Amino acid sequence: MLGTFEYFVDQAINGVTLGAIYGLVAIGYTLVYGIIGMINFAHGEIFMIGAFVSIIAFLTLGLLGLTWVPLALLLVLIATMMLTAVYGWTLERVAYRPLRRSPRLAALITAIGMSIFLQNYVQLLQGARNKPLQQVISGGFEIMREGDYVVTLSYLQIFILLLTIVLMVVFTLVIGRTSLGRQQRSCEQDRDMAALLGVNVDRTISLTFVMGAVLASVAGLIFLLNYGVIDFYIGFLAGIKAFTAAVLGGIGSVPGAMLGGLLIGLIEALWSGYFTVEYKDVAAFSILILVLIFRPTGLLGTPDIEKV
Amino acid sequence: MLEVTGVETFYGNIQALRGVDVSIQQGEIVTLIGANGAGKSTLLMTICGNPRAASGRIAFEERDITTLPTYEIVRLGIAQSPEGRRIFPRMTVLENLQIGATIAEETYYEEDVQRVFKLFPLLCERQHQRGGTLSGGEQQMLAIGRALMSRPKLLLLDEPSLGLAPRLVAQIFEVIKEINESEGVTIFLVEQNAYHALRLAHRAYVMANGNILLTGTGQELLENDEIRAAYLEGGARKTDVGQSGNA
Ligand SMILES: Nc1ncnc2c1ncn2[C@@H]1O[C@H](COP(=O)(O)OP(=O)(O)O)[C@@H](O)[C@H]1O
Ligand SMILES: [Mg+2]
Repeated sequence: MLGTFEYFVDQAINGVTLGAIYGLVAIGYTLVYGIIGMINFAHGEIFMIGAFVSIIAFLTLGLLGLTWVPLALLLVLIATMMLTAVYGWTLERVAYRPLRRSPRLAALITAIGMSIFLQNYVQLLQGARNKPLQQVISGGFEIMREGDYVVTLSYLQIFILLLTIVLMVVFTLVIGRTSLGRQQRSCEQDRDMAALLGVNVDRTISLTFVMGAVLASVAGLIFLLNYGVIDFYIGFLAGIKAFTAAVLGGIGSVPGAMLGGLLIGLIEALWSGYFTVEYKDVAAFSILILVLIFRPTGLLGTPDIEKV
Repeated sequence: MLEVTGVETFYGNIQALRGVDVSIQQGEIVTLIGANGAGKSTLLMTICGNPRAASGRIAFEERDITTLPTYEIVRLGIAQSPEGRRIFPRMTVLENLQIGATIAEETYYEEDVQRVFKLFPLLCERQHQRGGTLSGGEQQMLAIGRALMSRPKLLLLDEPSLGLAPRLVAQIFEVIKEINESEGVTIFLVEQNAYHALRLAHRAYVMANGNILLTGTGQELLENDEIRAAYLEGGARKTDVGQSGNA
């Protein structure tokens, strides 16, 4: 069974699901790095908060007796995007904006401090125990069979893929085609010049954190739906993986973050499928190191040679 | 229209402006000349609030703008083509113009792009090329065009002729004149190319070491012996005369 194509497809489907989570979180790292040149180490916690808002929203809807799944999903999606966005916005306002012109180390330490703070905050509010959620989307259909081995594509996986693709397309268009996206890119390339053209730099940076938080919140929702259980600590490892994905794809590049997320997800799933679960993280990080040796700017990153 | 009174600006401990007074009337072309390091660029940037004036007052159309944030100052109708052009290198020419129109009304956009393309036909050809791949002269045109996209009342130009081929210098000066005459945009022009600038400008200021040394009409300064000795004598003048013949 291990050697069959069906087994490979099964693992690859898991990898893509995982990659969707990493990719969505990685975009937040890359957007923020692009615009203020700082790694927002608390971004993993924003993802975790997105998962918690989702579970609370599901449980609340359950109490209210709303059981029609499509509507529940839609409401939870909107709730987690909006509330998590508030966290992302506040994080920038409270922790990073006052330090915008201070040394990098100060911002880095603050980021780590915020990460620990948010973990403890959720732990205090929600308790340290695992929070389980009943399966929300069940069922699926068979796509392949090899003897007894059945490969199914679940409705959940289809939902995750569609949602991720829609979000990535929407955000690519926002960044590439809209006035907001142009303002973000102008701040990325020359903040003072952008201000000289009337761009409100503070507002643009705030909106960038909001965009990152919205994507991370959806990743949190996906995580919850896929694994059915969360705790206050899930942001740590997912954050590091997503950050790795962003660097692998080329930090600052949005398509790079998506590609990096997909690759890390696939590597992790395939490694666990064929070798051993224990070393899956080592595999992902080794690939990162290899790529960085041969392409220091990451897969899709551009070196700043054009800068005038 | 613009009143700068007693403005002092510092970079850390270094004082770059030492009590500068400048006044610009609506519809004028005013030029500011002076040696490298005199503080010309600092003055233009201080008008836009970055760096901020440590003391003194800057008023635009009677309104005190000394402490306004940059993006609000420019919204009042001041645009700048700064030193070094500062084109967004990874955005296309068209996107650079679009970002220049951030504060303009959307309905003007098409008309304004066409107007810039008419002033600089080369930009039209290059509109989908990235800003970072343009030559120095093309970037200069783009920087001016980008500044015009906001429909400014006052346009600040920092050494638009720097590093350009003589033929282009003449062309840029023509365009500046046209912007002023046919569109009524008031212009504050910083120039190294003193001869050209003084001939174009209605009035001029001379700056040294963060102070205004002298002011007068362009013609007066052209005839001033000190100015001739300091800024006009030598190779610059002859080539300038040759160029204006071509233009
Ligand atoms: N960013 C800066 N940091 C520190 N000093 C600066 C900075 N920009 C300019 N200066 C100093 O301020 C003075 C005036 O510079 P500037 O305004 O660029 O002169 P100009 O445009 O007339 O050549 C110079 O002594 C210059 O070294
Ligand atoms: Mg200068």
